[in-house]
Amino acid sequence: MADVLAVAEFRAGEARPVARETVSVARRLADALGGRLDVVAAAGPGGGEAAAGLARHGADRILVSEDETFAAYAPDALVASLAAVAGAGSYGAIVFAGSAQGKDLSARAAARLGRSLATEVTEVDVEDGRVVVTRPVYAGKAYARLAFRSAPAVLSIRPNVFPAAEREGAGEVEPLPVEAVEPRTRVVGTERGERERLDVREAEIVVSGGRGLQDPERWTVLEDLVEALGPTATLGASRAVVDAGWRPHGEQVGQTGKVVSPNLYFAIGISGAIQHLAGMRTARVIVAVNRDPDAPIFSVANYGIVGDVFEVVPKLTEAIRALRGG
Amino acid sequence: MNSIVCIKRVPDSEARIRVGADGRAIDPAGVKFALNPYDEIALEEALRRREAAGEGTVTVITVGGDEARETLRQALAMGADEAVLLRAETSLDGWPVARALAAELDGRAFDLLLSGKQAIDDDGMQVPAMVAELLGLPCATVVVELEIEDGRVTARREVEGGHEVVELSLPAALAVQKGLNEPRYPSLKGIMAAKRKPLEEKDITLEEGDLELLSLGGPPPRPEPEIVGEGPEAVPELVRRLREEARVL
Ligand SMILES: Cc1cc2nc3c(=O)[nH]c(=O)nc-3n(C[C@H](O)[C@H](O)[C@H](O)COP(=O)(O)OP(=O)(O)OC[C@H]3O[C@@H](n4cnc5c(N)ncnc54)[C@H](O)[C@@H]3O)c2cc1C
Ligand SMILES: Nc1ncnc2c1ncn2[C@@H]1O[C@H](COP(=O)(O)O)[C@@H](O)[C@H]1O
Repeated sequence: MADVLAVAEFRAGEARPVARETVSVARRLADALGGRLDVVAAAGPGGGEAAAGLARHGADRILVSEDETFAAYAPDALVASLAAVAGAGSYGAIVFAGSAQGKDLSARAAARLGRSLATEVTEVDVEDGRVVVTRPVYAGKAYARLAFRSAPAVLSIRPNVFPAAEREGAGEVEPLPVEAVEPRTRVVGTERGERERLDVREAEIVVSGGRGLQDPERWTVLEDLVEALGPTATLGASRAVVDAGWRPHGEQVGQTGKVVSPNLYFAIGISGAIQHLAGMRTARVIVAVNRDPDAPIFSVANYGIVGDVFEVVPKLTEAIRALRGG
Repeated sequence: MNSIVCIKRVPDSEARIRVGADGRAIDPAGVKFALNPYDEIALEEALRRREAAGEGTVTVITVGGDEARETLRQALAMGADEAVLLRAETSLDGWPVARALAAELDGRAFDLLLSGKQAIDDDGMQVPAMVAELLGLPCATVVVELEIEDGRVTARREVEGGHEVVELSLPAALAVQKGLNEPRYPSLKGIMAAKRKPLEEKDITLEEGDLELLSLGGPPPRPEPEIVGEGPEAVPELVRRLREEARVL
């Protein structure tokens, strides 16, 4: 029997979508290990309510801080708090988000605790009392199954892979210990992208464009499709168009961009180079539009249309608008 | 400006990866290996900082097998001054590597400890922050912009939907992301010079990590791909399939 600790990610007093996934995964582990689920919520000012709300995903005890320290990501303070919590309990697993913040934090925390770390796992179970994970390696060209030899198993989950499950937990709220540490690394500002669009890693639907779009001005074709698909959709890009300066780097999908696992992925005018496939082959459903019937993207696409982007995509947008509006 | 750059030899990003017959490692046959692309960016940054300062040393270090010597030579050819090979057998677990690097770097004087944000074999995204934690260094990961003035570092790091601006003081550990700079190619002169630059080798033993590899396998298979049709006429059928079959619309 062992308890589980989940680290819920907050930004500006809001629980990130991945926080619910993290807590849900940790809940399942706590059940398998026969223990309690504790959640660390360094929520920052105004985040208390959102933190308490994590009980809906199965949190038994929620360690909350609304301290000003956590108004922005504060790695040094957070690692110190985590070390205090982990030291006071006896955890079988500590679960982080495999987000930009979660990966930074989990590596620091694992080192502080003197533990190995399994990054961005896509499966996690308990077998014979041991935590066993599966995680993509070699850009998803291979998958490793790994067992933790001892506790706690420290891991981060790939965003958008695990469902956020509804499950009532005891939800006792307690203060998170905040240690007085002189920060070595200070987050002094955050900059949002120019548009309030979802990040490719968090969107349910990603519409990615490649060199087949031929001109940055013609991205309106894809923007219209994203708009028709609704607020869970966002834009992605191939490296070719990022390198050309047509699209920001934050949109790049692939081995040297972001690895995405949306429900639905559109590859529009993208050839499907191995480095691009590495970033999107775990999408649930892939749709490709390309005028070259031999383009490698068709080898991973559930559904393909061979044709010209500028003929096919506007029709698709129209059809989806009709569907949504009608 | 003295920098230490952590580098790793990894399969080239183009490489087709097949798992070996034992189901525990990749089959290296036909796989081209290269310097981890993010580590190239880290090294480039160190070289530019040295060049701008007009003084300083760039040391590259790796934990790996004999084959890693070639990767170190490549880094020396790009312009690094000296190289260190900590010879050991590595696994997919970054923690023992981080400990070995920290043990070697402890007590060395440097301004910047530069790494890639990710090694494209284990995709661990952890070694740099672990080393920083062990050495008590300020650290920023996924860095796409870097400014250093009077010992103060301002870094922009990529996060979901935007950037974070981070301030640290030297010496600092930075794990870099694409976009920071465009790495140079080694010149012929650089390649010749690399042969005479110091390359120190040490045998070390990595401690056992907490992760036991059970098996390595291929990616989960994708469903049979299908071409729905040609041109705009195929759109209604695609939409029908997305709704009724895949249920994603
Ligand atoms: C170390 C390394 C890392 C890399 N990392 C990444 C990465 O993270 N992500 C990534 O994407 N790439 C990456 N690449 C680059 C990758 O190898 C490809 O060069 C890139 O993905 C190609 O982008 P593309 O598909 O947009 O362009 P192209 O390969 O030029 O393909 C354009 C496609 O559009 C089609 N097309 C053209 N016009 C039309 C039209 N009017 N209608 C319909 N179709 C049309 C063409 O048939 C073609 O298939 C990396 C490369 C290296 C070496
Ligand atoms: N064996 C190694 N030797 C030297 N540096 C390494 C090694 N493994 C990882 N690193 C550094 O840490 C970065 C991130 O690696 P990883 O955490 O394995 O994804 C790499 O880009 C390297 O800069």
